[in-house]
Amino acid sequence: MKWSIIILSILTLGIGISANTARQQGYQVGDYATDFNLEGVDGKTVSLSDYREAEGYIVIFTCNTCPYAKMYEQRIIDLHKTYADKGFPVVAINPNCPERSPGDAMSEMKKRAEDKGFGFAYLQDVTQETTKAYGATNTPQVFLLDKESSGKLKVAYIGTIDNNYKDAAKANVHYVQAAVDALIEGKKVPETKTKAIGCTIKWKQA
Amino acid sequence: MKVFFLILCVFVLVSFAQAQQIQSYSFAELEEKISTEVQKQLLIVNFWATWCAPCIKELPYFEKLAEEFPKADFKVLLVSLDMEKEKAVNFSKKKQLQSEVAFLDEVDFNAWIDKISAEWSGAIPATLMISASGEKIFHEGELSQEELNAYVKRFIHKTQKL
Repeated sequence: MKWSIIILSILTLGIGISANTARQQGYQVGDYATDFNLEGVDGKTVSLSDYREAEGYIVIFTCNTCPYAKMYEQRIIDLHKTYADKGFPVVAINPNCPERSPGDAMSEMKKRAEDKGFGFAYLQDVTQETTKAYGATNTPQVFLLDKESSGKLKVAYIGTIDNNYKDAAKANVHYVQAAVDALIEGKKVPETKTKAIGCTIKWKQA
Repeated sequence: MKVFFLILCVFVLVSFAQAQQIQSYSFAELEEKISTEVQKQLLIVNFWATWCAPCIKELPYFEKLAEEFPKADFKVLLVSLDMEKEKAVNFSKKKQLQSEVAFLDEVDFNAWIDKISAEWSGAIPATLMISASGEKIFHEGELSQEELNAYVKRFIHKTQKL
């Protein structure tokens, strides 16, 4: 009896620890992010280093199918319009496995980008390695990267775009805008981490 | 004819009684509800939405818990994060959900996600098990019936003497 309790406690502890390490994976604010090389809707592969003039990047994990991603679509288009010329282009990555989520296949991504006139790169993470490296948990989710003079990419903000998913006009805290503005002005990012309800990443089935 | 009417009335009444009223909650109200409910029994809160495929898949497992643990004293509360309440209402009717459904009417997610659990990234489905003495189990992501049963079993053993 005693033994079974001890074994049970060890098991429980093990589960606790593994759940914890799973959460710790991916980037935290202040970490350095790695570049990637992913295929976009125009058929070309894109890396962050391709944007020579950029001073940073608004990397957004988003997709075709998640209702929240759709609600934020126009706001993502607007972020790119506002900030691409200021040195912070939007680079969108669709992390979902197309076998599990057919609406996120490259052909569907192309349609979506064309219909909505995405001005930004919309890339597919086929291997899901980039998504894992960044530690994206749901769509849409923003990783704002600040390019340092050495060329290293420091994570400056992780989270949601603003504080009202239903109505952009009613949002009164614009986390990403505030963070990018702060970087441009050389100030401290006011809020570096936020959370939002979102769709789970559709991981490839092992 | 009279008898027919009577039967009709009874039938209508019964079907009304079965279709549960879904209440809307602000997060503060939901927190209050959770703290009230948890005084009465163990509470299992599942966050879901009709548009979320893995959520829909696991809902029947929660519905089955009463059958799986007939002696345990717990309540399942299904908190819908749908964009419109109507979606949750129609779905609950169609599936004849037995567990209580609550509609969370909030737009500012960042304001409350951490209050449910600091471990929660915000992806759904997500499940919180909570007892009056403050025991808590949080799980993010889809559960199978076996996984859910194992969690509930662990939770009941921790908190109740059966």
